[in-house]
Amino acid sequence: MNSDFDHQHHEPNEPAQSPASSPVAATDSRVADRRKFLFKLSIAINAAIGLLIATPVIRFLLGPLRPKGTYDSWIALGKLADYPEGSTLLAFFRNPTTNPWDGETGNVACYVRRQSNDSFTVFAVNCAHLGCPVRWFPQSQLFMCPCHGGAYYADGSRAAGPPERGLFTYASRVDGDTLMIQAGSLPTLANQAHLKSPGDCPGRSSAANSNFQLVKEIAPCSKAPNTGTNEPTIG
Amino acid sequence: MQQSSKHWYERTYDWIESRVQLADFVRESSAHPVPSKTASWWYVFGSASFVLLLLQVVTGILLATIYVPSAGQAWNSLQVLNHQLPLGWFLRAMHGWGSNFMVAVVLIHMMQVFIFGAYKFPRELTWLLGVCLLLMTLGMAFSGQILRFDQDAYWGLGIGASITSRMPIIGDQAVHLMLGGPIIAGATLSRFFALHVFVLPATMLAFAGLHVWLVLKLGINEWPTPGRLVRRETYLKEYHALTKRDGIPFVPQAIWKDAMFAAAIIFAVAFCAAVFGPFGPTGTPDPTITQTAPRPDFFFLWIYSALAYLPPSVETPLIFIAPVIGLGILFGLPFVAGLGEKSWYRRPVGVLALLVVAVGLATLTHLGTYAPWSPHMTAWTADEIPDHLVHGDTPLERQGALIFKAKQCHNCHSLGGLGGQRGPALDSVATHLTEDQIIRQVIQGGGNMPAYGAALSPPEVTALVAFLDTLHPPNQQPATDASRSIAETDKPAFKEPVESTKP
Repeated sequence: MNSDFDHQHHEPNEPAQSPASSPVAATDSRVADRRKFLFKLSIAINAAIGLLIATPVIRFLLGPLRPKGTYDSWIALGKLADYPEGSTLLAFFRNPTTNPWDGETGNVACYVRRQSNDSFTVFAVNCAHLGCPVRWFPQSQLFMCPCHGGAYYADGSRAAGPPERGLFTYASRVDGDTLMIQAGSLPTLANQAHLKSPGDCPGRSSAANSNFQLVKEIAPCSKAPNTGTNEPTIG
Repeated sequence: MQQSSKHWYERTYDWIESRVQLADFVRESSAHPVPSKTASWWYVFGSASFVLLLLQVVTGILLATIYVPSAGQAWNSLQVLNHQLPLGWFLRAMHGWGSNFMVAVVLIHMMQVFIFGAYKFPRELTWLLGVCLLLMTLGMAFSGQILRFDQDAYWGLGIGASITSRMPIIGDQAVHLMLGGPIIAGATLSRFFALHVFVLPATMLAFAGLHVWLVLKLGINEWPTPGRLVRRETYLKEYHALTKRDGIPFVPQAIWKDAMFAAAIIFAVAFCAAVFGPFGPTGTPDPTITQTAPRPDFFFLWIYSALAYLPPSVETPLIFIAPVIGLGILFGLPFVAGLGEKSWYRRPVGVLALLVVAVGLATLTHLGTYAPWSPHMTAWTADEIPDHLVHGDTPLERQGALIFKAKQCHNCHSLGGLGGQRGPALDSVATHLTEDQIIRQVIQGGGNMPAYGAALSPPEVTALVAFLDTLHPPNQQPATDASRSIAETDKPAFKEPVESTKP
């Protein structure tokens, strides 16, 4: 059954009588040169095809990259009447871009604070330190983060802990009797950080708001609460 | 024919062997001599890591027959595995415990290799591949934690995205690349699934194969002897002389310990899986549930702790520079210290560095298990104020104790060992803060404490401070302010200071 094969498989080790040693190939160096050239050519062609294929692959992999802000859109966050004046409430909305299989991960939570009749601040639940969900405690008027102990005042400004800034906010406006916010991507330092306008006040942190304020007047900060300091004051 | 005298299985073997021609290679590899002293229990961790990798591949494939990599259904499919399929829970537990054991054994293997100087010439590349394998093992542990698509996984991704967002200039786009879209959702899970199931395992098997090939080609590292230095010119000759003089065949004289230990490790994984069960999943990955306190898995607790202690001003640079330095040291090690002494008796710097790193990681991990920097989010309703601290209090002071609870002070300050550890324990606060200082601290905050002036009415402050002023040991008087008596009596207090009267 395998006796023939047993003989054959030693053959490559024996002195070769293969076509390569035929007088034509051995004497004609042009044939060898041509084969070397064709070998190099085959590598070059494969490299070119590889590049050609790599282009759509890379484009595909970079698919999630979009110009800044294109993921965001204005969405309704409910009726104004849902948010009593002076309250801070947890609200939910469906992210504007989702896939059918996203399930509940397509939902987003945020805190809506209604300071007065037409003044709203909508905070992201994501801590400005590392994105954990902050929890609102109405009794002590604080947002506390369960991960590394960040704390924020009711107006979103930093109270204590590792965050370097106040809570992230969504731009908001009132449309008739509906509260609208601009949302769509996970709030992080990369898309929420912006240069502070001169005269900006803690809590008045939405870029649109502060610019609007600047144009209207150089308003004094409305009695800012005592912000905690890092200076040790005990002992 | 002579074949007719052979059994059918011998003929089958011959038929295959005549084609694959692996017998000589296997025979040479298993009979190759290793220095007799390396047939040691110290040399079993590498093979155990590989066996654990194979175990993970097998249990992982079995889980993949059920698991649904969809953000909307992954959690449900884990519930089916845990509760409905016969022994689905056990396979999940095997995979989870296998992962923990694998990280641990890979780390032990690395420490052993470091302390035995095995990374030195000519085994530099073996070490580099090993560092890559360690990184991929950690990558598997992290991506596996994400596939367990629960609240910890969801917010773990949030932390990952937050760290990524701190990259200068490209932060925003890098976050979208990592998440596969603008938010943590289906695309995020799918790409980590592809990493965990295809990319990383395939790369790991290839790297591990090359790693073992190098061990075969270069020989196992000999037991270090003080004073026997590694020199580029003479090492190979000395090593071959050693294996000739003092060598024993790898099979069976050395391998039996590897096999024993592998069996013990697999049994330990199965034992832990059977006794302790699978990991999670915790709550559903619903971002609208903010009543959660996310924690990373055990082997990432040290990072979690480090991020709590980094000063904010250096946090972002350190997050990106420290890993580069760490990897630079690991990858550069065999090129900087690739020659010379191997014995730990003559490498005090190496031994000390290993100890410092090990103690540092262990300390951070231990801190991460109880996270003293985090408020206890439920302490204000769940933990009680010990009886003796309110016993005999006036109604006002008791009202203060209630305010201490109602305003979440207990979330950060402990009393009688209960409550948060974010701020100092207040059991004897009255002995080192005067009444005025307590009032100031409560209203204005400071020292990393929020100001409660806006959240407390004046009567509430009065009651709270009255309660806090009772918190001192019975044999120790509360702190008083000498100047207070001056202000009240309008003359210097030559005698003992008078404590201010309570309102």
